[in-house]
Amino acid sequence: MIGIEHYLVVSSILFVMGVLGIFLNRKNVIIILMAIELILLAVNINLVAFSVFLGDLTGQIFAMFVLTVAAGEAAIGLAILVIYFRGRGTIAVDDVNRMKG
Amino acid sequence: MTSIHIIVFLPLLAALVAGLGQRFIGAVASKTITTAGLFTASLLSWPIFIGFLNGSETAYVAPVMNWVQSGDLSFDWELRVDALTAVMLVVITTVSALVHLYSWGYMEEDPDQPRFFAYLSLFTFAMLMLVTANNLVQMFFGWEGVGLASYLLIGFWYKKPSANAAAIKAFVVNRVGDLGFMLGIFGVFWLFGTVSIPDILAAAPDKVGSSIGFLGFRVDTMSLLCILLFIGAMGKSAQLGLHTWLPDAMEGPTPVSALIHAATMVTAGVFMVCRLSPLFETSQFALDVVTIVGATTAIFAATVGLVQTDIKRVIAYSTCSQLGYMFFAAGTGAYGAAMFHLFTHAFFKALLFLGAGSVIHAMHHEQDMRYYGGLRKHIPLTFWAMMAGTLAITGVGIVGVGGFAGFYSKDAIIEAAFASHSTFHMYAFGIGVLAALLTSFYSWRLMFLTFFGTPRWAQSEHIQHAMHDHGDHDEHTHDHVHDAHIDGTAGYHPHESPLPMLIPLGVLTLGAIFAGFVFHGGFIEAETGKAFWANSTLFFNEHLMHAMHEVPMWVKLSSTVAMLTGLLVAYVMYQQSKDAPKRLATAFAPLYRFFLNKWYFDELYNAVFVRPAFWFGRLFWKQGDIGIIDRFGPNGSAAVVSFGSKLAVKMQSGYLYTYALVMLLGLVTAVSWMMVRT
Repeated sequence: MIGIEHYLVVSSILFVMGVLGIFLNRKNVIIILMAIELILLAVNINLVAFSVFLGDLTGQIFAMFVLTVAAGEAAIGLAILVIYFRGRGTIAVDDVNRMKG
Repeated sequence: MTSIHIIVFLPLLAALVAGLGQRFIGAVASKTITTAGLFTASLLSWPIFIGFLNGSETAYVAPVMNWVQSGDLSFDWELRVDALTAVMLVVITTVSALVHLYSWGYMEEDPDQPRFFAYLSLFTFAMLMLVTANNLVQMFFGWEGVGLASYLLIGFWYKKPSANAAAIKAFVVNRVGDLGFMLGIFGVFWLFGTVSIPDILAAAPDKVGSSIGFLGFRVDTMSLLCILLFIGAMGKSAQLGLHTWLPDAMEGPTPVSALIHAATMVTAGVFMVCRLSPLFETSQFALDVVTIVGATTAIFAATVGLVQTDIKRVIAYSTCSQLGYMFFAAGTGAYGAAMFHLFTHAFFKALLFLGAGSVIHAMHHEQDMRYYGGLRKHIPLTFWAMMAGTLAITGVGIVGVGGFAGFYSKDAIIEAAFASHSTFHMYAFGIGVLAALLTSFYSWRLMFLTFFGTPRWAQSEHIQHAMHDHGDHDEHTHDHVHDAHIDGTAGYHPHESPLPMLIPLGVLTLGAIFAGFVFHGGFIEAETGKAFWANSTLFFNEHLMHAMHEVPMWVKLSSTVAMLTGLLVAYVMYQQSKDAPKRLATAFAPLYRFFLNKWYFDELYNAVFVRPAFWFGRLFWKQGDIGIIDRFGPNGSAAVVSFGSKLAVKMQSGYLYTYALVMLLGLVTAVSWMMVRT
């Protein structure tokens, strides 16, 4: 029998993968975008799982909103990346440090 | 508005106009305004003095304005005019006017003449403020004013480091004396509840015998106050212990030396003792201190003057010595004689200084007498003026007939010292005669070295400079110089000074010759003197003045004999045998060095005060200021901020993931904390 615990474990694994994807990746900004998607998906899984477990639709509706926002965010992120690539000729994470103090 | 207001404030006005307006009115106008102002003041002063002499004037106080009204302390700004003030008025305004005129010639090539004349006039104002003071605070104002003007004028050539050092030395040494004077004023106010001089003098006899706690000791009140006030006088009048600034003050221009450091400012201490003489009369101990300090200074300065080679320094030590005479005269109770010597001394010492200035002017700023000689024929007018000054200071005269100015005043002091009944009067008498001998010796030594003998100018760097500058333009000079080396002139021809310098010399020569003869009646004769000084605060010891004339004949002759001995020794040493001074210097080498190094006072003060002060200063600077305050104060806090910012900068990697990690860690921490708390 698959219970709520399994969903939570999966979503935790996805969340940690997403977080590590952000922090450990030194190569590509696109991977950061993908990692953010993973984090959002992990949250979505949680929302849907709790929604079903508690019999309350609000969570699932909220998951739809998150998907929408994630799609928009991915689109904007990619657009920024394209512009950025035009300007700097690279999207390697190690080169993106103009905020250095 | 009376003439005394004009006398006092005209110099101030002239100083302000000349000093502040020099850019608008120009140098000549500045000089004219100040000089004209001083001559006007001088012309107004003489009638006052003569009025007191013939008894047509009486003492009065001319109000100026209300000054301080604070609790118990209340005094006005007033100009006190009495016989004592009148004497000082004529001395100050006359010498100052002549010095102004003299400076037209002496300072002719100086670019800063308006400033010089403005300072001179400012000094005159401050000095007049001092002598017209009717309360001690106003006197202190003038006292500090003349100190300031003295500082400014000693350091007039501010590009010379030695002049700056001398100016600072004069100011600092005077400050030591001023501390005593201030404590004296505070003590007087504490004791009498007033600073008004007439009130103090009236109340003083009631306080005789009272005592006061001072520095943990129980001392006689009047003695303490008088000695504190006298310490102020010692500083201003360069008495032994606080005299070290006066010889160094010769760094200033010569007219300044004549006005401030011979005729007027340095006599302020004598004036103050005479002004407060009824106060001093209440303490025999204080009078003894005055006598001893004065007499010791007289002999000390005279011995040092024997061996100096700088013409101005010889006269400076002579001044110091003559001030000693004035003090021990005051100490033995002969205040009239002290004021008389002040009066005559102002004329002949100003004359000697201005004459020396004329010699220096003629010798292209050479001041070393070893490089003079034979100047009598080249600058005869200066020679005769200096001769009159020398005859006056050595006290040439015939007992019972008459003589030069110094003959009357100095003999009066010596006779008064003999006739007095104070404790140390014989010490003062002996010193007085001995110092008269030394005075005669160094004065004639100066004359012989400067004006007689053969020229020794060739070794002088100043003269060589002068000839070198001319040599560029004159092709014959080379042969000329070659010939000239034989007679020691180096081909240099001294010129007599211009008329503005000769007129003051002439006027002062008259003063040096006649001041004693004309005025001795009013100052020191028992009856006329009593009438004259009755119009002042001066304590006139009529009995002593009578006794002074009753002294044995040998006492009267002693100073004349001393004078002749000094002249004879100087003549033998510097005219007859040329190497006598050198032989004497080697024979008594330790004594000679002791005198030459001014009794090692400067070295002593250097070791006792200056070095420890420097050491303390360096300690507080290096250890205290830099080591503690700076280190833990501004520098410390700045270092903490700088170190913190360096740490913070390290966190700003610029990588997005670093910021994200920090945000995450923060979030986790915050959430964990919330969870743990609940």
